[in-house]
Amino acid sequence: MADGTLSAASQPQRNNLDPTRSFQGLILALQQYWADYGCVILQPYDMEVGAGTFHPATTLRALGPKPWNAAYVQPSRRPKDGRYGENPNRLQHYYQFQVILKPSPPNLQQLYLDSLKVIGVDSALHDIRFVEDDWESPTLGAWGLGWECWCDGMEVSQFTYFQQVAGVECAPVAGELTYGLERLAMYVQGVDRVYDLNFNGRDDDKKVSYGDVFLQAEKEYSKHNFEVADTAMLFEQFRMAEQACQKYLAAGYNDDKSKHTMTLPAYDQCIKASHVFNLLDARGVISVTERQSYILRVRELAKACGAAWLATEGGGAQ
Amino acid sequence: MPDLLLEFFSEEIPARMQARAADDLKKMVTDRLVAAGLVYEGAKAFATPRRLALTVQGVPARQPDLKEERKGPKVGAPDKAIEGFLRAAGLTSIDQAQVQADKKGDFYVAITEKAGRDTLAVLAELIPDVVRAFPWPKSMRWGAASSQPGALSWVRPLHSIVATFGPETEEPVTVPFEIAGIAGGDVTRGHRFLAPGEIKVKRFDDYVQKLAMAKVVLDAERRMDMIRSEAKTLAFAQGFELIEDEGLLAEVAGLVEWPVPLMGSFDQSFLSIPGEVIRSTIRANQKCFVLRDPQTAKLTNKFILVANIEATDGGKAIIAGNERVIRARLSDAKFFYETDLKTRLEDRLPKFEHIVFHEKLGSQAERIARIVSLAGQLAPLVGADAVKAERAAQLCKADLLTEVVGEFPDLQGLMGRYYAEAQGEDEAVAHACEDHYSPKGPTDLVPADSVSIAVALADKIDTLVGFWAIDEKPTGSKDPYALRRAALGVIRIIVENEVRLPLRSRLWRHFGAVERDETITAAIAVLHPLHDQIVNISATDLELAMKLEVLVSESERKVVSPKLVQAHSYLHQTRDLLSFFADRLKVQLREQGARHDLVDAVFALGDQDDLLMVVRRVEALAAFLATDDGKNLLAGVKRASNILRIEEKKDGRSYVGAPDIGLLKEPEEHALATAVATAKTDAYVAVAQEDFAAAMTAMAKLRPFVDAFFDKVTVNADDKAVRANRLTLLNEIRDATRAVADFSKIEG
Repeated sequence: MADGTLSAASQPQRNNLDPTRSFQGLILALQQYWADYGCVILQPYDMEVGAGTFHPATTLRALGPKPWNAAYVQPSRRPKDGRYGENPNRLQHYYQFQVILKPSPPNLQQLYLDSLKVIGVDSALHDIRFVEDDWESPTLGAWGLGWECWCDGMEVSQFTYFQQVAGVECAPVAGELTYGLERLAMYVQGVDRVYDLNFNGRDDDKKVSYGDVFLQAEKEYSKHNFEVADTAMLFEQFRMAEQACQKYLAAGYNDDKSKHTMTLPAYDQCIKASHVFNLLDARGVISVTERQSYILRVRELAKACGAAWLATEGGGAQ
Repeated sequence: MPDLLLEFFSEEIPARMQARAADDLKKMVTDRLVAAGLVYEGAKAFATPRRLALTVQGVPARQPDLKEERKGPKVGAPDKAIEGFLRAAGLTSIDQAQVQADKKGDFYVAITEKAGRDTLAVLAELIPDVVRAFPWPKSMRWGAASSQPGALSWVRPLHSIVATFGPETEEPVTVPFEIAGIAGGDVTRGHRFLAPGEIKVKRFDDYVQKLAMAKVVLDAERRMDMIRSEAKTLAFAQGFELIEDEGLLAEVAGLVEWPVPLMGSFDQSFLSIPGEVIRSTIRANQKCFVLRDPQTAKLTNKFILVANIEATDGGKAIIAGNERVIRARLSDAKFFYETDLKTRLEDRLPKFEHIVFHEKLGSQAERIARIVSLAGQLAPLVGADAVKAERAAQLCKADLLTEVVGEFPDLQGLMGRYYAEAQGEDEAVAHACEDHYSPKGPTDLVPADSVSIAVALADKIDTLVGFWAIDEKPTGSKDPYALRRAALGVIRIIVENEVRLPLRSRLWRHFGAVERDETITAAIAVLHPLHDQIVNISATDLELAMKLEVLVSESERKVVSPKLVQAHSYLHQTRDLLSFFADRLKVQLREQGARHDLVDAVFALGDQDDLLMVVRRVEALAAFLATDDGKNLLAGVKRASNILRIEEKKDGRSYVGAPDIGLLKEPEEHALATAVATAKTDAYVAVAQEDFAAAMTAMAKLRPFVDAFFDKVTVNADDKAVRANRLTLLNEIRDATRAVADFSKIEG
């Protein structure tokens, strides 16, 4: 932090990977920490999603009896949140760091606090709080209880014990941590404008800022999301994704519906429908009443995928 | 006697649930103790973000012994019956039973002495039962055990339970139970960051003390006191004053175990934003308090946050962090506010055309148009300038489309006023933008300025008529559109401002406006003067149409004929809505201490649509009945009414009209007839002048004549004509009093 009140990470590898001065250093520190814990470190899912929760490594793997510990960065798209690069904290594309631990370990809160220490947030200096926030995703048919985690009054993470996902009761319950990476980085770097974040931890002419990487994209996508995105095409894409999802789900079941062999491709179409809906919503072409019905349609897909997942090997089917 | 100490140690409990949970814990445990025959001396429960605790003092160490008698079969009953009895009573031989006799003969009785159990054993069953049955508003499962059926659920993961029991003089023991792998124990933990280690506790007093050493203040009240007093001190030291906020205080006390208030500041330039916006921003998003300058009563650029730790740098980093977040929040708020100021309120109105107010009631724009028209019509009745009232009605909803209100819906109205002022609207218009929502509750002030009154009434009447028209009336506890509140608002505005408003015609005509059909409005206007003739017509549509057409002139008929029936149906809706007002008024008057029978007596006169006059009548009646004259007259009138009711029923006719002077025989009869005629005239004249006290005085003069009449005169005379005349005279008494109320509805 600029005024030097934050202690650096336990043993900063190299100065340019110090999580308090490098955005990518912060990501690497979190990956290192959760890798040490025993998580599989995955790469981002290669589709447009609204949040890290949509990654099948969370949505689907949270279901069924098999233990599962994973962590990954997920670029998240929120078309409506675009501000043409003019707002200091709002982005239509940002990064979440997602941790999913199934079953939720008894010391999950402490694990989280220790992870903050690794990126330079010391609980002897900073006021860290767990403030009620019940999480619900209407499109995923999911809910859980937990908190927003506050650091000196700023929300830096979401902490959720999943109770239900894709309409299915979680058994056992998984714990989900979602770090808002830009926010955390702005905090530890002491920066007020997201585009001023130091991305690579270098100085002077070697420094690459978050703005260098993403400002142009924010402007272009804001224009696309709000003004130009082809709505006729998107309506068609929604319809096609919905149909494809249903078709793949039907095709994946065996005769007595005890086994499913094509859940992941079907779920991809559910993700696609969800993102297309978000684009249409940003374009303002969905009325308030229609909005509800689109959300329900996506939820139906998610629930059907969740049910199918339980009939796969990954979902614990014998 | 021994004490019980209980603590449920968990992950962070939502602040809003803590107080209720403490109450529930106390009730659940003590109820069960009492049910088990264990009467205790005292109990108190506590909650912090991480623990729910209970102390119960003076619990007997054992349950009292119980003696149970079980009546069995008769002596000599079949073996099967005897066997069944032995099994049920837990006896091995019939010799163990006693023989007792009653009227029917000898029978067996099993007497079992049930020894009381140790309280410890009772607790070992009771505590897990409480955990399983605990009524959290929302609870969850967690961890590996959550896949098991019947897995434990709690508000957040439960980590340990302290359960000790024992007398003050001895080492207490832990209550032996285990639930979902958590055993009753005597170990807890201190503050999450300041003293995270394990603490062994014995009983309540050392528990509280050890927690305090470990930076945990158990009692929420104490945490609130600490925050309040420290925040005030911090403010005072800088010459400022804390803006107290009990709701926020309670919430903040539920977010910390070790409250450490700290003061931060924000840039002076943010003070250009209205104070309420700053306060809402800082309160809602950051849960911080704001301060004011005692000299100017204006907000200062300081805030007080409440940290949960004593930081090693004295809180510098925490303050700096909070300041940064608040700066960002206020930047947003300032941006919203300044953006809002760039658009005039009237320029926002076209957007309302695309915003649905209610599926069946059209767009917001249509609703605003109705309010504008109604406010304009009401303006002269409340002494307001119609142009200003219409202007205010036009603008009063526009702030709903502003950024600030989008962010903080609570600021609706207030922001409208600020924006109206900023764009140079008339002061009355600007204030109406805020005050037309008032009164928002039973204790909220009603608007006092005439323009605000006109708009407030128009807004509420439009809401009520609208939802009545589409049959969305409140039922039982369901009132999703807050129609009861709207009706009460209308009543309070009318009564407290002494507004004269004939509601019936106003409501009826507004049904036409809601219908969005001008011919309906025209039809209502045509039927309006015919009200008294048509109000009681109820027939099938065809007959009704024919009857109405007879009453309506030919030229008017051409325009409105097909809509007459519908217009007439709205008259019934109007009457229904008026009776809803009457019910709200009754509730309101009763709550203010008026006798409900007096309210009923006034409403029993029928069609009371001038609420202010209803209230005046009730007041006058109450004052009158507090006097001896009033009480005696009431007795006389009731007697007259009773006689009339019986005789009229017997004769199958009613006795109305003026008594025949020639048939009056007795002097008391003559005297009463004269007095009644005078009193009746005087009372009706007084009522016409709305002087209900004078009306009462006029009636009070009747009292000696009524008393004398009943003393000396027999109503049921043998001469039929005389009898009829006397009954007519009695009716005159009743009729005179009906100038103010139906006395027969008054009790006593």
